[in-house]
Amino acid sequence: MLRQVEGSKAVADAVAACKPEVICAYPISPQTHIVEGLSKLVKDGTLQHCEFINVESEFAAMSVAIGASATGARTYTATASQGLLFMAEAIYNASGLGLPIVMTVANRAIGGPINIWNDHSDSMSQRDCGWLQLYAENNQEAADLHIQAYRIAEEMSIPVMVCMDGFILTHAYEQVDIPTTEEVSEFLPPFKPRQVLDPMDPVSIGAMVGPESFTEVKYLAHQRMIDSIAKIEEVADDFEKQFGRKTGGLLRSYRTEGAETIVLALGSVIGTLKDVVDELDLDGYSIGLVGLTSFRPFPFEAVRTALLGAKRVIILEKAFSTGTGGIVTQDVARAIEGLGLEDLTLIAGLGGRPITIASLRSYLVEAMDDQVERLTFLDLETETVTRELVKERALQ
Amino acid sequence: MFQVRIHGRGGQGVVTAAELLAVAVFDERRHAQAFPSFGSERTGAPVVAYCRISDHEIRAREPIMEPDALIIQDSSLIKQIDVFSGLKTGGFVIINSNESAEDLQLATKILVPHTTAILPATELAMIHLGRPVPNAVLLGAFSALTGLVSLQAVTNAIAEKFKPKIAAGNVAAATAAYEYVMNQVAAHA
Amino acid sequence: MSVTQIKFYQVGSFAVGNRLLRDDERSVQSDPDRTNALTSGHRACQGCGEALGARYALDAAMRATGDQLIAVNATGCLEVFSTPYPESSWRVAWLHSLFGNAPAVATGVAAALRAKGNHTTRVVAQGGDGATVDIGLGALSGMFERNDDVLYICYDNEAYMNTGVQRSGATPPAARTATTQSVGDHPGNLFGQGKYLPKIAMAHEIPYVATATIADLRDLEAKVERAMTYHGARYLHILVPCPLGWGSASCDTIKIARLATQSGLFPVFEAVNGEMITSSKIRKKVAVDEYLKLQSRYAHLFSPQRNNEVIDHLQRIADRNIARYELMEE
Repeated sequence: MLRQVEGSKAVADAVAACKPEVICAYPISPQTHIVEGLSKLVKDGTLQHCEFINVESEFAAMSVAIGASATGARTYTATASQGLLFMAEAIYNASGLGLPIVMTVANRAIGGPINIWNDHSDSMSQRDCGWLQLYAENNQEAADLHIQAYRIAEEMSIPVMVCMDGFILTHAYEQVDIPTTEEVSEFLPPFKPRQVLDPMDPVSIGAMVGPESFTEVKYLAHQRMIDSIAKIEEVADDFEKQFGRKTGGLLRSYRTEGAETIVLALGSVIGTLKDVVDELDLDGYSIGLVGLTSFRPFPFEAVRTALLGAKRVIILEKAFSTGTGGIVTQDVARAIEGLGLEDLTLIAGLGGRPITIASLRSYLVEAMDDQVERLTFLDLETETVTRELVKERALQ
Repeated sequence: MFQVRIHGRGGQGVVTAAELLAVAVFDERRHAQAFPSFGSERTGAPVVAYCRISDHEIRAREPIMEPDALIIQDSSLIKQIDVFSGLKTGGFVIINSNESAEDLQLATKILVPHTTAILPATELAMIHLGRPVPNAVLLGAFSALTGLVSLQAVTNAIAEKFKPKIAAGNVAAATAAYEYVMNQVAAHA
Repeated sequence: MSVTQIKFYQVGSFAVGNRLLRDDERSVQSDPDRTNALTSGHRACQGCGEALGARYALDAAMRATGDQLIAVNATGCLEVFSTPYPESSWRVAWLHSLFGNAPAVATGVAAALRAKGNHTTRVVAQGGDGATVDIGLGALSGMFERNDDVLYICYDNEAYMNTGVQRSGATPPAARTATTQSVGDHPGNLFGQGKYLPKIAMAHEIPYVATATIADLRDLEAKVERAMTYHGARYLHILVPCPLGWGSASCDTIKIARLATQSGLFPVFEAVNGEMITSSKIRKKVAVDEYLKLQSRYAHLFSPQRNNEVIDHLQRIADRNIARYELMEE
């Protein structure tokens, strides 16, 4: 049903429509409204056969999720930033044990210094943990991705992070068509675990694996992650067939036909970029956009195909590797090896700094004129940092 | 696309105002995007919220730097921050105050009579609602001044959001504000 | 109340397989059809108290629940020696996640069972003292606070044994560990530190808290069975000597556990909703020396000569326990 609703509420309702059996989360800005919404649905009886557990930390949240999922329950949790790090040990454990948990990450910067606003440093910090990472462009996609995530997770036996920009999406009110429980039931069958804790058929889950087998276990997980690329596409196609809209999948191209320059980005900034690209195209520039939905697994082939024919790719990132540079850039560079494409990195929106059409436009025009560095921080206060660097280097 | 920026202080329901406006716009089958400025809110601190209105899908998410309309829920902010920053020429201004434009010391170039409304929204709220919360009230004024959204849509949004008793008070106050501004506009015509 | 003590001196201890009892009075361990939840083939040290405790406790839990049990295990000796992939010693449904999260994982298992309308299957969480009183304390307290329907069992061997005998929050004063060496002015673990989890559990006012040792099998079984008659958060703290970490002979494990109770250093009692209701009376009080001198982790207290100051301090702790937990028959 089409509603004008807060992003968090849309997600809560979409998750509820999936009939989760255990929800366990610890509050952290900006995820709180999602969990509050679900808590109400369970408490007032709207969401039945669901246990809502108020845990004492994010580490506990993921741990409760592990226990619940291993017992065959469809399980949900949500977090951001510091909370994601606090559960890091458990995140690896969940994927290592092949538990199809779905978790919302309301993307928020990692401190110190403490910052509650949006960027991608949190989910990016966990890119190697063996979870799928799908990024929502808008709240419609945020809602839809959770539904698709359960199907992908349960069919592949891999947990999924649905990443949505904190505040920018979670706290934005926009139109969302939220599927009903009945509609979701048609799309998402009941959870059939590959292995489960059952006194009638006892198994030991979580054994200690030594040097003689560990590599093989990890190799198989790696292959399964790669196999999920096809699954992500399949599920998105099925979703489109049933619900009539294109959300999820690996990536979406916008006006890239014949584009000389292509910008690649993740999350809500894609919306803003569409407006910028339209403006620039009208002004005679040759520029297009690739919005990446699946960051993990990284769809190397699909990205390569999407960027084929361009002269230049600009990767807009909301996180970076301190001392090194872009993160997504590294994967993109590998995808376009040998194509003769130039790649530029634009770090923007860190700690919630607004990414404006004006600033983007200004940078892109310069970039298309080969007037920018390989790595740029958008809207950097150069006077201040130059002064500070002089002081800093004098101390060294 | 029509862009509205709402200024107020924490605790005055600025974010709710943007939400209500978005729901009212949706009620009339148009697209709306509303979001807060995400400051570290505390009661009394300056707060900003935004609402974009369009017939088409709204994609950009930057803060509204060049508003077509401003709603100022607390006139004490005028001296404190540059609430009028970026206001488009001919842009609408709605100010919650029981003072006059002269008393508020507002530049005449900003305030053009038929695109400006100054009204005692807090007083109206006290009369109809019993609480000094002017957010929904000012949306009635917005409807009257801009015509961008009908009073009916505004009151529908209010009814959807609040419990019946509070909704009734807000509807009454918003309607009173609507009439107040309509009269003001007529007087200037 | 505790099961009636049976004083049977035929073999100098309380025989487990006593055939002079009615069937229903026999211990779980004497039953050839017991689950044997932790079966043979695991890699524990000779004389491991924890292996014994885990088998006793889980077999009793399986009987008490009609074999409807799921066990969650923290990282530690028990988990490591019982599941060397691809082998497993566990004959029950068993999950190991992390070091500090067994209580939370068990909460999740219990929640899933409830969501599925399964009111029969019960949940046990188990871990060593390190997992319980230190790294897992937050999760444990959360489980207690929510009164989740889990029986948590702590196998207390008073140090982080699996990683090489480092001190934990449960290490007793004066004990030598790898990080509280028997050198310097105050050899061994310091006095004035340490957490006593049974009282912390009682402070949460959960339905049932009890302590036990592997020296009294029937008492341990009875407490597990009793714990399973309650719903909500329950806590069982079992003393399990570790020959390697304590520096004792592997044949002395059960004897040392008994001496811990008879000296008063390890009080055995039960509490319901935060109030103590029973305690096991000391049959034959012994001085703490008898207990300490069997363990080389206390060797520095006896050589070059008896360290009167420290041992007397330990004796005062034992005597305080005796008074506080009413461990002497009136």
